[in-house]
Amino acid sequence: MCARCIPTRATRSSTISSVTDLRTTEPAPTLAPERAGAPCEPVLNPLQDHDISARALGKSFGKTQIFSEVSFRLARGEAVALVGANGTGKSTLLRCLLGLIPMDHGTVELLGQDISQLSTQELRRMRASTGLVAQKHNLVPRLSVLSNVIHGLLGQFSGPRYWSQSFAPQDAREAAMAALDKVGLAHLALRRADRLSGGQSQRVAIARALVSRPRLLIADEPCASLDPSAGEDIMAMFFELVRREGMTVIFTSHHLEHALTYGDRVLGLAGGRLELDATAASLSASDLRGLYD
Amino acid sequence: MTDIAVPTRFERPSALSFLGYAAGIMIFLWALNGAGFSMEKALSSPPRFADFAARAFPPNLAPDVLERLGWKMVETLQIAFAGAATGIVLSLPMALLAARGLIFGPVVNTVTRTGLGFIRAVPDIAWALVFVVAVGLGPFAGTLAIMIDTIGFCGRFFADDMEAVDKGPSEGLTATGARKLDIAACATLPASAPAFVSTALFALEKAVRSSTILGLVGAGGIGIELKVGFDLFDYPTAMTVILMIAVVVILIEALSTWVRQKIIGEQR
Ligand SMILES: Nc1ncnc2c1ncn2[C@@H]1O[C@H](COP(=O)(O)OP(=O)(O)OP(=O)(O)O)[C@@H](O)[C@H]1O
Ligand SMILES: [Mg+2]
Repeated sequence: MCARCIPTRATRSSTISSVTDLRTTEPAPTLAPERAGAPCEPVLNPLQDHDISARALGKSFGKTQIFSEVSFRLARGEAVALVGANGTGKSTLLRCLLGLIPMDHGTVELLGQDISQLSTQELRRMRASTGLVAQKHNLVPRLSVLSNVIHGLLGQFSGPRYWSQSFAPQDAREAAMAALDKVGLAHLALRRADRLSGGQSQRVAIARALVSRPRLLIADEPCASLDPSAGEDIMAMFFELVRREGMTVIFTSHHLEHALTYGDRVLGLAGGRLELDATAASLSASDLRGLYD
Repeated sequence: MTDIAVPTRFERPSALSFLGYAAGIMIFLWALNGAGFSMEKALSSPPRFADFAARAFPPNLAPDVLERLGWKMVETLQIAFAGAATGIVLSLPMALLAARGLIFGPVVNTVTRTGLGFIRAVPDIAWALVFVVAVGLGPFAGTLAIMIDTIGFCGRFFADDMEAVDKGPSEGLTATGARKLDIAACATLPASAPAFVSTALFALEKAVRSSTILGLVGAGGIGIELKVGFDLFDYPTAMTVILMIAVVVILIEALSTWVRQKIIGEQR
């Protein structure tokens, strides 16, 4: 199993060690405001190189079992695609990884810590170093785009100043604008979130997930509402972050080319089981299509 | 072609629901009996009512009376606005305590909800009596009564409004590692704002209606004029008071509907 976890792209392995060194430096307990948007991760054991290890996960809603016996691991700096037909439980699985909904069976270790053992505070800190792009975007409808993106920093900074862009510290606003610029929406910063098109709102959700510069990104169909060229841009941006900053990414997609191009590895859910766990290089689109039968 | 089972239009009521309907009718008859419902009295009331109407009309429209009543009405509205506004503001923290799954655990939620339930269970006129004893006769007692009544109403419904909003945005913020207070402020409150406006306007309408009768127990406002009018058999003046109250309440309700539409309808 572990053999599959080794990152396939050799160039990436070399960057990972240097990034790890950076990340083992002790983060200041209280961060000065001018560090908004700077990486803020818990201390990590350099030997502990799996960002996610899921063991024998099982989840049912009521009597309906969604999946069971799902085990996989993500090495640091790896990009993994999760594919499967509608309703196979991809979104449910990703929400379980962050502890947003409870699992019925199994354990999840996130950044080396079992999330079921963490205190509320520790779980919050863990989530602060991950980013989630939810399938339904989950923006706050009545607030501005910029406020929504600044909320991405709430894991690191708390309090009324971060509730609205109007009162946010200058560096937080700058970090948020930089994230918005990355997704090409800087010109809509003051637009209300419920007046965006589907693709714009998806891009804001991506900016919110990236503004805190997470070391682990969980993206649920990040390109579902995007036009083909924007979709390529976003995936290329994720990939760039993976390569440059050693970010770990797990994303779902119904776009098989995306899964094969941008994933180092592909996980396939079908019939409530993890039916596929293979390197992207060893797969072809027709292999993946088998999952949908 | 696959066979698609078309669902039935109506479901056959179960034996249990039949029992429920029967019990409902029994309770209604039992209640009529207890309420002293009498056909005789109901039939004899129109002539007596006509007698009252004949003595009350035309209403007393003397300028000095109108002026006195007008100022009393202004005082009534001041009581209503001051009481409702302070009550609405104080309801917010109560609602944050009472909303389940928002910031506090089930114990705090239940204690707060029980307290709010107690406040609602005591009628506004009873609160006015209590405050007349506490702070003396006059409009301040009425204002406090309206305030506490509003807290009981808004505290509960603000909390319900917050529980009913879409959970997506707050899950989005939970995933960033935000604290519960931050999530409440950034996701739940903005999403509940339209419902809050609507609830607050209802509270204001309710406050205006209640404030018109607080005077009956000496807690300020136009109600005292109604009581004096009936006590002195000055029915024309009492009729003026009734008409004035009706006009003001209808105007306030129309105004509140208009404001509600302006604030909430505009976003569609
Ligand atoms: N809160 C819930 N309560 C009950 N059932 C749920 C709930 N959330 C999801 N489900 C069910 O669980 C199954 C998996 O849903 P999920 O959203 O994880 O699918 P998915 O793989 O992400 O699908 P898609 O490709 O359409 O996004 C579905 O059958 C869905 O109906
Ligand atoms: Mg999904």
